[in-house]
Amino acid sequence: MTEWLNVILQGVLIGGLYAMFAAGLSLIFGVMRLVNIAHGDLIVLAAYVALMVTQTLGLDPLTSLLLVVPAMAIIGYALQRLLLNRTLGDDLLPPLLVTFGLSIIIQNGLLELFTADSRKLQAGAVETMTYQIGPGIWLGLLPLIQFVVAVAVIAALQVLFYRTSLGRAFRATSDDPSVAQLMGLDTRHVFAMAMALSLAVVAIAGVFLAVRSNFDPAIGPARLIFGFEAVIIGGLGSMWGTLAGGVILGVSQAIGAQIDPGWQLLAGHIVFLVILAVRPQGLFPKVSG
Amino acid sequence: MIAKTISRRTLVKTGIGAIAAPALFAMPTQAQTAVIKIGHVSPRTGPLAGFGEADSFILEQVRGILSKGLSNGGKSYKVEIISKDSQSSGSRAAEVASELILGDKVHLLVGSGTPDTTNPISDQAEVNEVPCITTNCPWQPYFFGRKGDPAKGFTWTYHFFWGLEDVIGSFLALWDSVPNNKVIGGLFPNDADGNAWGDPVRGVPPAYAKAGYKLVDPGRYQPMNNDFTSQISAFKAAGAEIVTGVMIPPDFATFWSQAAQQGFKPKIVTIGKALLFPSVIDSLGARGNGLSSEIWWSPNHPFKSGLTGQSCAALAESYSKAAGKPWTQPIGFQHALFEVAIDVLKRAKNPTDAKSILDAIVATNYESIVGKVQWTGQPVKNVTKTPLVGGQWQKKGDKFELVITENKTAPAIPVGGKLQPLG
Repeated sequence: MTEWLNVILQGVLIGGLYAMFAAGLSLIFGVMRLVNIAHGDLIVLAAYVALMVTQTLGLDPLTSLLLVVPAMAIIGYALQRLLLNRTLGDDLLPPLLVTFGLSIIIQNGLLELFTADSRKLQAGAVETMTYQIGPGIWLGLLPLIQFVVAVAVIAALQVLFYRTSLGRAFRATSDDPSVAQLMGLDTRHVFAMAMALSLAVVAIAGVFLAVRSNFDPAIGPARLIFGFEAVIIGGLGSMWGTLAGGVILGVSQAIGAQIDPGWQLLAGHIVFLVILAVRPQGLFPKVSG
Repeated sequence: MIAKTISRRTLVKTGIGAIAAPALFAMPTQAQTAVIKIGHVSPRTGPLAGFGEADSFILEQVRGILSKGLSNGGKSYKVEIISKDSQSSGSRAAEVASELILGDKVHLLVGSGTPDTTNPISDQAEVNEVPCITTNCPWQPYFFGRKGDPAKGFTWTYHFFWGLEDVIGSFLALWDSVPNNKVIGGLFPNDADGNAWGDPVRGVPPAYAKAGYKLVDPGRYQPMNNDFTSQISAFKAAGAEIVTGVMIPPDFATFWSQAAQQGFKPKIVTIGKALLFPSVIDSLGARGNGLSSEIWWSPNHPFKSGLTGQSCAALAESYSKAAGKPWTQPIGFQHALFEVAIDVLKRAKNPTDAKSILDAIVATNYESIVGKVQWTGQPVKNVTKTPLVGGQWQKKGDKFELVITENKTAPAIPVGGKLQPLG
């Protein structure tokens, strides 16, 4: 029994990571209907930015976030302003194809710069520190920090969306870009801010991923799918829904793995498909109207 | 003007250009130089790029040596190596192999780097009746992965590397050298390697059982796994003191952090594939110390190159100098692949004729930088084995060193230290 509790607990904690993968995706899809295929590769890019920062400045990976988050946000703003804004229009396909190309460019650019070596960020003792909170139930410090940060990120995004003028601009542009533009909003700037915010979250996700496990230029796409699934399970546009989606995905994978490791990813995919079939709008869709 | 046209034509890489251009050289001072083309496929980009990383270094070295041409039976030949990237994908490897065979009309195909490259290019070579030599993939996934029949074998394709039985032998020798409770936790992914190793009949389990070890195998997990909690609980419940498997580096790193977070402290961790590269061990920091792995090649192996005369240490050092990076195990095999190819072309009766090249491959008896290469029919017709030993990453000063700690399956290779149980 405690074995199951432990497995579910670890699943919940990983759900936080999935939610961070998903939050950035959900945000830009919500605001500008852009499906970012390069999202996974941007997570890896953030990990490499953090690697450079930690190596050159000798910073702890978690402290390096202070530099990596703004750096990625600037990259995001520029990316949207200079490239992606030009592809947006009535057709969903051009931005999709451009981000697909971007994914390939990022992977091969990183390969040229950093080689295929497998890297990891060193966070020192935090990585292995752990608390036994019951017989057979262990709570690692790093997964705990990761989950708390994920909840904080989601909460911050929720506040930003519904309590600030930038959030109002996001929502207005999401509802009707032409009308928003008529009301004096510069949608190009709003889109770029959304991408900047998305990549700021990506930066946090990338650093946690890089502390948890090894990364190399090619792993991005494999991480992307969990982000997509968490978005769909939780419902587009709802930040808390995204967190719930991540946790549901993490827990169903954990339960699947406990039955048989071969079921781990399958269990996650099945839950995703069932929710897509039964509730295509997701569990917590954005309030309409 | 005419001379200019000719020199441009000789550069044209199409078959017609290469054949026609030398024919235009009618001047008596020019010897008749025919061109031998070697096609080379390896993963340079994608998840397996680590296996192809040393290729540009090796190719530069080999092209330098071949710049004077290759002499065979008193005739001098120009050798052109056309190298293509498999992008770590089997279908891409097949595609570039067929381009090399049908478009570039290569006389000999060579390739390396896991079944994803060796198998599709060998299959293409077999179908198109082009001689092919491959390495850097355990022979079972190479031979049985291509649906090879041990009674018949293949006609055009030959391979040199070690096999699963060598891994089993060297892992068991590693574990026997330290007292432990003989309970093993197994981590086998759902990929070609994981399924081959974990196979209850043809894989590692029967051999471990025979040697008195108990294997706890929770089942195949999907590669790029994010959560090993269930495996760790199973190992803890069984009291496993040894962990083994064949993993990719990101999966091992995830497992190893989670093991610490879950309070699981095995005595010995011996993992195939994931722990080959110094960069991976460096990335694990202090937790990389004491992990053990199979060793196919190292600077301490007692072989030397028949092509450059370099010892293993000299080759590793010249790579480190050129690339500014530590040596890796594939370097030796990538070098050996061209050593063997050049040896074959030197001995072939007619090095531009497929059948002659094939006859020369079959007759190979060559001392390479990875050991002897000679296809004797053991373990199967198209495969010859190179030695495999086991060792441990030990921290020496501020660097990790891969120390050979057992040589039961290949006593010719000197041992450099003893296996230390994990702290």
